[in-house]
Amino acid sequence: MPDVQRFLTDRFGDAVTRTVFRDNVRYVVPAHRLIEVMTLLKTEAGFDYLAEIAGVDYLHYPNATDRYGVIYGLANTETAERVFVKVLVNDPDPRVPTVYPLWKGADWMEREVFDMFGVVFDGHPDLRRILMPEEFTAYPLRKDYPLRGRGERHNFAPVNRAES
Amino acid sequence: MKFPDFIVTRLDWLANQARANSLWPMPFATACCGIELMSTASSRYDIARFGSEAMRFSPRQCDLMLVAGRVVMKMMPVLQRIWLQMPEPKWCISMGACASSGGVFDTYAVVQGIDRFIPVDVYVPGCPPRPEQLIRSILDLQDKIKATGTVNAREFAARSTYEGPTSLAKQLAPDETMVVPGDYSTATRLRD
Repeated sequence: MPDVQRFLTDRFGDAVTRTVFRDNVRYVVPAHRLIEVMTLLKTEAGFDYLAEIAGVDYLHYPNATDRYGVIYGLANTETAERVFVKVLVNDPDPRVPTVYPLWKGADWMEREVFDMFGVVFDGHPDLRRILMPEEFTAYPLRKDYPLRGRGERHNFAPVNRAES
Repeated sequence: MKFPDFIVTRLDWLANQARANSLWPMPFATACCGIELMSTASSRYDIARFGSEAMRFSPRQCDLMLVAGRVVMKMMPVLQRIWLQMPEPKWCISMGACASSGGVFDTYAVVQGIDRFIPVDVYVPGCPPRPEQLIRSILDLQDKIKATGTVNAREFAARSTYEGPTSLAKQLAPDETMVVPGDYSTATRLRD
């Protein structure tokens, strides 16, 4: 684990901040340096497996400074170490560069974060909605989206007996 | 006893007997109600005793749509298309709390009752309903067909208006449905 720390501080200095919570190592990275950090973690520090991508909306969260977070869970398949890389972005234009060139598996995970939170992944080859219907316009996991929606679920024409 | 060589009856009655005792279900099973539906079809409960054992996975060969489980808004156009593909005469059973009313899934994606969008003949309560309840619903539907059916399906033409629920009296406006998160550190929920 000190190796990773040394790699990152040598290369990025103060741009990457490290925190530890119950043995989980987290690195907060600015969005414009994400690709550099991820490339280094993959090629030199051995974190070759992208386990997950999560989105977070920090609206109403105590002491939060930024609105959205995109969190990458990486694993080292040799040593079973894990790190979490966080990118914080804000309205009105939440953008994060895609990690699809590094891990092909990021394709659908980034599409899901885009679908639920509206975070745009620059350079993604096919950034479409993955779970919600194509014509859906909102981002339902944002905290300011009402639980019952804005009437999308009942926006269909009924079929009655005589015409069916 | 010698049976006569002919019987005299109304054509409606004859058609109703034939239709009611051979309801072929189209299983539209999307959730755990589908497991009870499978159980109803298998040997212990044996829906074949009532003429409904022929599950057809093509809507063109069915006359009873069994909607078992929650239906999300992305599935609703598919459900309507399958319903329209079934040949007349056709009936629909809404099985379980989710298909009938949305159940506990009162969220942005789940349709709050399929009867808002397709006609439903029999509702089965339960979460999920027991197989006996599903059999009861098929028997009730058979009674309904025998009582109201006509050979050229005139009873459907009469039902030309929307049969689903009217707007709920207590439908919250979207801006009222958001829970104010409150204070995380003391785990109390504040409302303004």
